[in-house]
Amino acid sequence: MSTRVAAQEDDFDVAAELARLEALGGGGVASFTGVVRGGDGLTALRLEAYPGMTLRALESIAAEAMARWSLLGCTLIHRHGTLAVGDRIVLVGTASRHRASALEACAFLIDWAKTKAPLWKQELFADGSARWVEARAEDDVAAAEWDASAEHGKP
Amino acid sequence: MIRLLYFAWVREAIGKDGEAVDPPAAVTDVAALVAWLATRGGGYAEAFADPARLRAAVDQTFAPLSTPIAGVGEIALFPPVTGG
Repeated sequence: MSTRVAAQEDDFDVAAELARLEALGGGGVASFTGVVRGGDGLTALRLEAYPGMTLRALESIAAEAMARWSLLGCTLIHRHGTLAVGDRIVLVGTASRHRASALEACAFLIDWAKTKAPLWKQELFADGSARWVEARAEDDVAAAEWDASAEHGKP
Repeated sequence: MIRLLYFAWVREAIGKDGEAVDPPAAVTDVAALVAWLATRGGGYAEAFADPARLRAAVDQTFAPLSTPIAGVGEIALFPPVTGG
C-alpha cells in the first residue's frame, strides 16, 4: 500500500502522479482534478490553509480511504496560496485491482477533502473585490453519505 | 494562556491571525470563549456575532463549540471549510 499526501503552494504533475499509481500493479487507476473555475469576473482564488493541521487532516482522509477500500495506493494533493483561473487546485488518485473500489474511493476522497480539511477559498474579482466562498450544504450531504455507509462505499 | 488562531473572514474581521489569551475561570468551553471574545466589541463582535457560522479546532483537531478548554494549548476559530 502506498499513500502520497501533500499540502503545497506549487503545482503538481498529474501525469507523473498517475504514473506512480499505475506502477503499483493494479488493474485500475481513477483520478479527479479540481481546477479554478472562471466566470462572473473571477480572476483568481486564494486558498488559506492551517499550517500544521491541513496536512494532518488530509493524511487522515487518505488513511480512511485506505482503510475502507482495498486500494493499492492513493494520492491526495491540495494546493494553497493564490491560484489563477485554470490552475489546478487538488488532485485525488486511487489505484486498485478493480475499478469499483478505485472509483468509489476517488469520490470519497474529494467529498471529504471538501468538508473535512481546514482550507478556505476566497474569490478575487477583476474589479478588485474579494468574497469568501460559503460552504455548500450539498457538500456536507455528500460527505455525510459516506459516514452513513457500510464498510465499503455507499449503501 | 491559550493560543488562538483565526482563519478566513474571522481573521479579516479581527484584523490579526492569532493571539494568546488568558480567559477568566468562568469561561469553560469554546462557546463561552467565543462569547467572551465577542464582548471586546469591534471586529471581535463582528466575527463572533453568529456562533452558528463558526467552526473550531482544538489542538488541531476539529471540535464542537461545546468542547471544554481546560488544559488546551491551541484553539482555532474559523468559518466552515471550503477546500476541494
